[in-house]
Amino acid sequence: MALSKEESRHIFTVSEITEGIKSVLSEAFSQVWVEGEISNLRISAAGHLYPSLKDGNAVLQTAIFKGTAKDIKFKLEDGLKVICFGRIEVYPPRGSYQLIIEKIEPKGVGELQLALEQLKKKLEKEGLFSLEHKRPIPYLPSTIGIATSLTGAAIKDILKVLDRRFKDVRIILSPVRVQGEGAKEEIARAINDFNLYNQSVTGQDRIEVMIVGRGGGSVEDLWVFNEEIVARAIFNSNIPVISAVGHERDWTIADLVADYRAATPSVAAEVILPKKEDLKFQLSGLVADLGSALDGQIENFRGVLEDFAHRLYLSLDHVLELNINRYEAGAHKLFLLNPATQLKIFQERIADLARQSGVRLGHILEIRQARFSRAAARLSGLSPLNVLSRGYSITFKLPGGEVVRDAARLKPGDIIRSRLRKGEITSEIKEVDLDN
Amino acid sequence: MAEIKFEDAIKKLEKIVEDLEKGELTLDEALKKYQDGIELSRACSLRLDSAKKKIDILSKNKKGDFELKSLDEKEIEEKEE
Repeated sequence: MALSKEESRHIFTVSEITEGIKSVLSEAFSQVWVEGEISNLRISAAGHLYPSLKDGNAVLQTAIFKGTAKDIKFKLEDGLKVICFGRIEVYPPRGSYQLIIEKIEPKGVGELQLALEQLKKKLEKEGLFSLEHKRPIPYLPSTIGIATSLTGAAIKDILKVLDRRFKDVRIILSPVRVQGEGAKEEIARAINDFNLYNQSVTGQDRIEVMIVGRGGGSVEDLWVFNEEIVARAIFNSNIPVISAVGHERDWTIADLVADYRAATPSVAAEVILPKKEDLKFQLSGLVADLGSALDGQIENFRGVLEDFAHRLYLSLDHVLELNINRYEAGAHKLFLLNPATQLKIFQERIADLARQSGVRLGHILEIRQARFSRAAARLSGLSPLNVLSRGYSITFKLPGGEVVRDAARLKPGDIIRSRLRKGEITSEIKEVDLDN
Repeated sequence: MAEIKFEDAIKKLEKIVEDLEKGELTLDEALKKYQDGIELSRACSLRLDSAKKKIDILSKNKKGDFELKSLDEKEIEEKEE
């Protein structure tokens, strides 16, 4: 096909030559791998992607049609080093050629890994993972929503846990596919449906918490939980979400957005449903507390009561004592006032007085007797007869018989009688001598 | 008790214990509280032993309203993958 000589020239039309180039290129580069760095990425309104690939010296136009673009897990960005697989096509209207990409993968890291990192970065920037958006997980919810597959391991595991635990709970299940085509949309819709459902019910019928997850699997199997639509549904849920994707080690994006990340569906159930034994223990502890609290209260009252009782007793004692004193005083008075007692007292007094008077009378008699004896003695001393016995005589003048104490009262011739100790004599006065 | 949630009952019980421990009640009040507490604890205990799980499937009817269909647990077992 080489045109070496002018004279044997064959003149192509533009279309012809382009067609020629096209067929040559198409044949030569029908299945090629190209490595390069994305630059100048353009996205058409129809959804086709037009990144350029470049290296140090050259640029290659490429196209990723919509059908292929939707399967790319990661986001194409300028500067990203990629390895592409496809074919070279010539576009005659423009006289250009481009690589039609059928597969594209990031160079160095895995495709999924990159996609994950990219989405993570983006959502984190938007605040979807931030702690301030995390809602508390209710303890012992009355109604739980579960979005998972009816045929998967997750629901079985959760129900098994329920059987072992306090299962006073109602489960509302929204069956969804958890991998493959349509799974992410179904999961997102289920989360949304639970929220809508809550608007139609009240009280304990309301879903208090939901578990979104599936049993374990490969990274690809779990991929749906790294999807943005699922992440946003979780973030937008008014109901707290527990992510329960069956893998212990790696966190999915759903795990990062969820209010609580459970490593497995069983753990998710355990988080919200406590063990019956724990509850019983808690309950019996409370009952014990209740008992001792009442005992304490009663003890307080008893103390107060005992204090009162003591004070009452003391005051009663006091009153009693007062009354006993009064009684005793009264009894004594009464004893004294008893007529028999009185009588006895009087008798005693009489006896006493009698005794006293007896004594005194005797005494008085003695005194009198003594006085009488003395008087009698004196009297006998004074008796004229006594004087006569000592030789004196008494002279009476006759006829009157008056005692003559003065001779002057007599004259001669008067008759006198003299009494002697024995007998009397009658004499006649012869002479009166007054000088003697 | 049919209406009160287990958790709420526990919370109420805790409150009663707290009130009693404060010791600011009259004896009658304290006894009443204690009685209430014992009743609550009995109801809780009963609830613990008699609790049953209930599983419904959430779906939408043609009008777009939510419907709940009771699910027999065996259905899940049968659908073993």
